[in-house]
Amino acid sequence: MPGYANPGFDTLALHAGAAPDPATGARATPIHLTTSFVFESSEHAASLFNMERSGHVYSRISNPTNAVLEERVAALEGGAGSIATASGQAALHLAIATIAGAGSHVVASSALYGGSHNLLHYTLSRFGISTSFVKPGDFAAWRAAIRPETKLLFGETLGNPGLDVLDIPTVAAIAHENDLPLLVDSTFTTPWLMKPFEHGADLLYHSATKFLSGHGTVIGGVLVDSGRFDWNAATARSGRFTELTRPYEGFHDMVFSDESTVGAFLLRARREGLRDFGASMSPHTAWLILQGLETLPLRMARHVENARKVVAFLAGHPGVASVGYPELESHADHALAKRLLPRGCGSVFSFDLRGSREQGRAFIEALKLFSHLANVGDCRSLVIHPASTTHFRMDDAALARAGIGPGTIRLSIGLEDPDDLLDDLKRALKVAAKA
Amino acid sequence: MKLDVDAPGGRRQAYAYTGGKRFDASLPAIVFLHGAMHDHSVWTLSARWFAHHGHAVLAPDLPGHSQSTGAPLESVEAIADWLLALLDAAGVDEAALVGHSMGSLIALEAAARAPARVARLVMVGTAYPMAVSPALLEAGEHDPFAAIDSVNALSISTMAGKPSYPGPGVWLHGADRILARRLQMAQRDANLFLTDFRVCDRYRGGLEAAARVTCPTTLVLGARDQMTWPKHASALAEALRARVVTLPTGHSVMSEAPDALLAALREAVGPESATAAS
Repeated sequence: MPGYANPGFDTLALHAGAAPDPATGARATPIHLTTSFVFESSEHAASLFNMERSGHVYSRISNPTNAVLEERVAALEGGAGSIATASGQAALHLAIATIAGAGSHVVASSALYGGSHNLLHYTLSRFGISTSFVKPGDFAAWRAAIRPETKLLFGETLGNPGLDVLDIPTVAAIAHENDLPLLVDSTFTTPWLMKPFEHGADLLYHSATKFLSGHGTVIGGVLVDSGRFDWNAATARSGRFTELTRPYEGFHDMVFSDESTVGAFLLRARREGLRDFGASMSPHTAWLILQGLETLPLRMARHVENARKVVAFLAGHPGVASVGYPELESHADHALAKRLLPRGCGSVFSFDLRGSREQGRAFIEALKLFSHLANVGDCRSLVIHPASTTHFRMDDAALARAGIGPGTIRLSIGLEDPDDLLDDLKRALKVAAKA
Repeated sequence: MKLDVDAPGGRRQAYAYTGGKRFDASLPAIVFLHGAMHDHSVWTLSARWFAHHGHAVLAPDLPGHSQSTGAPLESVEAIADWLLALLDAAGVDEAALVGHSMGSLIALEAAARAPARVARLVMVGTAYPMAVSPALLEAGEHDPFAAIDSVNALSISTMAGKPSYPGPGVWLHGADRILARRLQMAQRDANLFLTDFRVCDRYRGGLEAAARVTCPTTLVLGARDQMTWPKHASALAEALRARVVTLPTGHSVMSEAPDALLAALREAVGPESATAAS
């Protein structure tokens, strides 16, 4: 028989989770800016609270506009479902807090966004959750760091600041050998470049602020569950995940893994995490991110195309000492990138100017199109000079330990005409050389 | 709840979801039976509602599915015997049976084998015969994961079944596909896809069973169902003298329209139904 397949990526980016509004016929997803939803009766209210019915009660827990975004991101990632959060940081916190508590332990890649490192190293440790950091490519270190109280392994698909490519199949295998899930931050790659669940990851999240939204307008996050991790089996063998597999007094003595074989994690994350921590997304934000998602495949293709042109230009420029992009053979993870990221390695990368901090500053200030700010994944091209901004308190030795040089520049390549970007960079490099 | 079930082929451990409440066999019992490549979790919303409204609820994982151990059983008749043994193990003398797709045939056969034990019969997303195309069976034999994708694409009739199941934020196509893939991978003793779909395809006793059913029966059909087309249930409906409720869904009635299904179930097996029948 001719087999029927699930819809393709571009179709899902436009349609998943959305249908014409039954009340008005509106084809585009409406913005449901309402705190709460009227009950049909007392019995209806009680059954919603007790999860005898599906529906919306209060927008901190769920909202129809947010639900469209959640279903769409889950569809694009090949997951069972997702939860929209106030930010990417909120998504990371929600992922950890759903299965970890005081006394728990995380094993994380050392190549992380600074905010994620801060959360794990400083903040969560105040609440009794400790983290061991390992180099993402040191598989013996991943194994050695796992303890009986470890709850998950965590890394970024493309790590900070050097775009280390996480070998998800290998790290996922290590996680699963130890009855642990692997969580990845997929912000830099988006599902258009890589679907981590197809490589073995169990949970992932995005800072939707970046490419998913794509327009630099809103802060948001999305936590996605693959539905593949067998919490019951892992608990039976390791005793680890009783949060999901034993009655929870905090929510009707619910056993989440009995309620939903593939959605247990999301049930607890929503019913406890959003309810109690409250880091939910505004429906207006969800709507704006949905507008971005509709063109994600088109934008990502152009982001990568432009990034390749800029990388090639910089790699051949005498004023540039090095370019850290995994598609270059000089990058340590070049072979891994070819295997896991055949569509490209995104459009965020760093390069090193030959010269001093002063020359780095001069380069930044001479740019006309690149915006100097602390963000990535915008449709506009962005730039930052860590030595004079995010890491300005560090001396050169400390910078070197963080993998940052005095002339390191991070770029996020946007959707402008690529020739204009090259002209802008060419001029600024000339100014830097004369500074 | 875990139960040891004495059934043909020996004692098996079975898991049954009880709706989030302790099972009390003294209450009117209702049993929810899942279909091919599913488990109890396709029924949890309805099961929770009935468990919290005066019923003793059992939503078992059929043998070889999810938390019920062993190899899957290979005929509707064998699973119907297992179901009656499950009722024995749970101390249930009489129950309403609600089944979806393959589960609806099991409920029908059990109602025919033990009419005194079945108070109501509800067949959701059903047809008879439940013929499966030879091409799908062949695909299931050689590439069950591609076959799962085909069934998934045919089973869900919408890109947005609101308010989603079991709650907002769940992508129906993804959740259904992943559940089936997990069940297929977890079953080491058999090709679960092939076994389940052969169970549906090979069942020949539907009309004879219908003639032996004595309880009030309701068919809940999906108007857009492309797995068990509504028109293929008409002979069964006639033989059962069943009430037919048609909902605007595909085959995945429980996940596409959980509230409308609950209303239909309440009418079919709840107090309203008892009043109407008396």
